[in-house]
Amino acid sequence: MKIKKSLYFTAAFFILVFSAILSISAGAVEIPLQDVLNVFLGKGTEINKTIIFSLRLPRLIVSAFVGMGLSVVGTFFQGLLRNPMADPYILGVSSGAAFGATIAIILNLGIFGLSFMAFLSAILTVFFVYTISKTGTRVSMTTMLLAGIAVSAFISAIISLMMLLNHDQFSRIIFWTMGGFGLVTWNNVYVSAPIITVGSFIMYLFSRDVNAILTGEESAEHLGVNTEFVKKLILAIGSLVTALSVSVGGIIGFVGLIVPHIARLIIGPDNRYLVPFSGILGAVFLILADLFARVLLKPMEIPIGIITAAFGGPFFLYLLVRSKQKSERM
Amino acid sequence: MDILKVENLSFSYGKKEIIKGIDFNISESMVLGIIGPNGSGKTTLLKNLSGYLKPSFGNVYVLNKNIKHLNIKEKAKYIGYVPQDIFYDFDFTCYDIVMMGRTPYLNRFQSEKLEDKQIVRESMEITNTWQFKDKSIKELSGGERQRVYIARALAQRPKIMLMDEPVSHLDIKYQLEILNLIKDLTLKGILVITVLHDINLAAQFCDKIFILKDGKIEASGKPKDVLNVKNIKNVFETDVVIFEDSETGSINIVPYLNRREQLKVV
Repeated sequence: MKIKKSLYFTAAFFILVFSAILSISAGAVEIPLQDVLNVFLGKGTEINKTIIFSLRLPRLIVSAFVGMGLSVVGTFFQGLLRNPMADPYILGVSSGAAFGATIAIILNLGIFGLSFMAFLSAILTVFFVYTISKTGTRVSMTTMLLAGIAVSAFISAIISLMMLLNHDQFSRIIFWTMGGFGLVTWNNVYVSAPIITVGSFIMYLFSRDVNAILTGEESAEHLGVNTEFVKKLILAIGSLVTALSVSVGGIIGFVGLIVPHIARLIIGPDNRYLVPFSGILGAVFLILADLFARVLLKPMEIPIGIITAAFGGPFFLYLLVRSKQKSERM
Repeated sequence: MDILKVENLSFSYGKKEIIKGIDFNISESMVLGIIGPNGSGKTTLLKNLSGYLKPSFGNVYVLNKNIKHLNIKEKAKYIGYVPQDIFYDFDFTCYDIVMMGRTPYLNRFQSEKLEDKQIVRESMEITNTWQFKDKSIKELSGGERQRVYIARALAQRPKIMLMDEPVSHLDIKYQLEILNLIKDLTLKGILVITVLHDINLAAQFCDKIFILKDGKIEASGKPKDVLNVKNIKNVFETDVVIFEDSETGSINIVPYLNRREQLKVV
């Protein structure tokens, strides 16, 4: 069993490296592998150097970390809520971020302002959802899920209204909400990579506790797990990671929902293995999605959210049907 | 030394008082059955004993330690709990589930030691679940699943094991199997406190019985002493006839409907 798991991890790691190399090499301008190697050895042409170091590398790193972050958060939220439909956006992060971004676009605040506003309003939204679903010191996950849906619907209505009143910005807003890494710079790397890494690691420390919570919150408490603390901590850090991811790459759907499921089908429900595995798969998934977004209709770029949903949806259905057949055979 | 001592325990949900001043102490391992009508506070009492719910008044002592002052991990080393509703909508193997019982003994950075593995194996052998170790919990029957969860509580190495209707969803065969297992646990020095629905099974398997009514202990003692026509009529508002059963050495309680009395009312 252990050997099988380390085999899966090794395979996933090689796929990650392979996708990264592919993603650096392919794009609007094709850079053959030999030339990529030359650039990293310091022998490449100036133009290749610029393309790789100031465009493709930061973009690759950010998409990998965002993919990892969203998948890790999705894995934890599905576990905490014991709900397979849960994803990083359930607490209203996505609509909150879209709200901030819409305001920033209408006010023409620039790229930095946009990221900041998206982040800020995502955090505020989650905090609001959390506060209204708290009773005493306990948090009911079901109430929280419903409150998240209600608040999201309300905010979406306001966003639609703002778009209607600012017709000239319509396409920019839509484009942002569908996600993309076209504007990523090294500054995004410096902010998002460490925070997503540290956040994911802290959550990972609570894998065993979340395992116990999967068998019931009350039951976990009787095993010596401080469920309320674990829930609050993971909700807080998970939302922070999600808000940060959204502020960099827009609302990229499906990653945080399906990658955890795919990972679970392969490696099983134990969060101590599932979380890192899901993180690696998430990184691979977004690296490849970003690659497709760049090359499919080149030189035009497709918003990455379209790719993740268009490829992720059918693939997920395939897995669902397959696992259904498998359990019927049993 | 008392294994469990309960002093003037009261508990309210909001304004509604569910448990109203319960006192008792137990100094030896045994099976203690709690019976009583729906809404009499059985589950609430159990959750107060486990420390999951905080009493509004009174104290619970386990081996002379007030559980109020124990942290959540320490509590889990003294008290195991087998819940009424067991979730099993995931693919954990039975071994993984039982290993969760070692959670209170492991800190965040630690992986399971040889000792933990030995205890898990032992717990699974006692409950006759070792053969399921690599099976998913989903694939088991209700009775087998119950045994796995008892094994998990056992892996906590508790002094007290609390069970909330451990046999109510099971077939007769599994009911007897689980109750037999529970009886065996007392030989290991564990005090088992269990809520039971079936009065006859309670009479047969418990060493001592509490009859709960409106959050108070209405009667307590050996099954044969407390399970009499008068007490049952008083608490369950039901007429019964009670037979001594020479075959099992226990008593047999049969409820009956007094049709004639009912007809008069109509």
